[in-house]
Amino acid sequence: MADQTAIETAGAQAAPGANQALLSAVLSAIPAEAVLASQVARGAEVEIRVRREALHAVLRMLRDDPRFDFQQCMDICGVDWPGRPERFEVVYNLLSMTHNHRIRVITTTNAETPVPTVVDLWPSATWFEREAWDMYGIVFEGQTDLRRILTDYGFEGHPLRKDFPLTGFVEVRYDPERQAVVYEPVKLTQDFRNFDFLSPWEGMTTLPGDEKVHLNRITRE
Amino acid sequence: MSLSTDDTPASGGTRTVEIDSHTINFGPQHPAAHGVLRLILEMQGEVVERADPHIGLLHRGTEKLIEHKTYLQALPYFDRLDYVAPMAQEHCFALAVEKLLGIEAPIRAQYIRVLFAEISRILNHILNITTYALDVGATTPSLWGFEQREVLLEFYDATSGSHYHANYFRAGGVAKDLPAGLTDRIAAWAEQFPKFVDDIERLLTGNRIFKQRTVDIGIMTAEEAMEWGFSGPCIRASGCAWDLRRSQPYDVYEQMDFEIPVGSHGDCYERYLVRIAEMRESLKIIKQCLAQMPGGPIKVQDSKIAPPKRAEMKRSMEALIHHFKLYSEGYHVPAGSTYTAVEAPKGEFGVYLVADGTNRPYRCKIRAPGFAHLQAMEKLSKGHMLADAVSVIGSLDIVFGEIDR
Repeated sequence: MADQTAIETAGAQAAPGANQALLSAVLSAIPAEAVLASQVARGAEVEIRVRREALHAVLRMLRDDPRFDFQQCMDICGVDWPGRPERFEVVYNLLSMTHNHRIRVITTTNAETPVPTVVDLWPSATWFEREAWDMYGIVFEGQTDLRRILTDYGFEGHPLRKDFPLTGFVEVRYDPERQAVVYEPVKLTQDFRNFDFLSPWEGMTTLPGDEKVHLNRITRE
Repeated sequence: MSLSTDDTPASGGTRTVEIDSHTINFGPQHPAAHGVLRLILEMQGEVVERADPHIGLLHRGTEKLIEHKTYLQALPYFDRLDYVAPMAQEHCFALAVEKLLGIEAPIRAQYIRVLFAEISRILNHILNITTYALDVGATTPSLWGFEQREVLLEFYDATSGSHYHANYFRAGGVAKDLPAGLTDRIAAWAEQFPKFVDDIERLLTGNRIFKQRTVDIGIMTAEEAMEWGFSGPCIRASGCAWDLRRSQPYDVYEQMDFEIPVGSHGDCYERYLVRIAEMRESLKIIKQCLAQMPGGPIKVQDSKIAPPKRAEMKRSMEALIHHFKLYSEGYHVPAGSTYTAVEAPKGEFGVYLVADGTNRPYRCKIRAPGFAHLQAMEKLSKGHMLADAVSVIGSLDIVFGEIDR
């Protein structure tokens, strides 16, 4: 794998210290109990994880505080981690054009618990929130226009969830006999092929039945 | 639509005509919708009251598909987003993967990428300006413009083997080196291009009809543009001197000398002017790239990421193994996440990439500039006439490949 200490290609907006300074300024401006974790990823990207209850206040502060001035909400999206207690991450990527810095704010939720909307802070949030609802089923409290946006009219399910199959459940075609567009369950002429490339000889260090040899090898080293 | 007419003419021969508000369906198959946009317009007579764009008619589940592909296989999907300027999107994904891998493309590869990113920008602006002119009634620009586009697409073809879906950029460089003689052809093209821009300007910039259709239509102030998530030419027309190539430079943009054209008024006409000026600036960058481009490798010299040469593969067992592993399993990207943005021709094109240490992206969210721009459709067209809505759509530079993903 590549050398991890290589130089950053792009996006390093200023001196590496500037991102660290931004992070500490942000952390000092919000109550400590609101923040779950924070980091400057690879020296270039500031990321904070906040509690859902504190999310709206934190984002408002980031927009209004003249030290941060995040005028633009470039993107809101969901990420699905089915194994976690709260399976969805909601990720806000903010940009300040006056200070030329970015920050990523992440909060978590599940399918039932709503996340406060930020449409009152940035009107551009509406479509991003609609998309997160459409793709993951994340509910945004206070969002008055939570319609589906990318999927078909009358679509069921949330396609970007990890438990939603790639092929979907229904397929659509025009039926000349009925003279109408019909929805039918997906029929695959060939099984869906999903290769597992996680090679066992790199992940598994001991072969079954070989534990004793392996143990000896470790102690010898 | 209901039209209630007073049947008995009032004294003096005047008639009162009342027109109720009504709703019309603009698209999904409308030549001025620039693709499959279904726009529900609530009209008060001829005036737009409410505009509700219905998108998603071109939704192909790109993000879901990418989650099921290796990093190498995911790249061609980016050509198919904004199919008007394919390599600009590839650039973003390549940079995002490079960030997570912690590698940097060799300097020649960076020059090639910047060169083709700028060719893509000109491709995009030619298409936008000329089809926009077509929307508001001028036919000639598109005939001239597509001639130029064809030449540029031949450069795409020469280097990648494909007119549109190039699949040329890679994490860690580009797929292959430029063919012999291509730089001369690009240089020759660059000599005649300013004349084309002058001709287009002579047709449109001072044109009375064009100005009547665009000046003071769809005004966006700088503050509004910011809160609506605008970027690219659309926010520059509103007066923000913001360009990621300058403010957060990637690859060799830092060494390029170019101006950032800025408007002041933020109407449809200025968005057009900014694009015209940007074509001239892109040409400057292309010329600088051609002049400065050094020799050297065009991808990282790490055979765990970049495939070996074909000839090498025939002789070396090691190279054969690397080739086989790269094209079946692909490379593994260390766990982490990045939001990487580039200045695509339409604005800030971003990729939020989450890697979990396997050979496939765990999540790849694509932030398309047009998505945010189209959302402001109601804000921009409210109070204008129906024909102005067409003007607004044209000036926003909408391509549904990237909006619907």
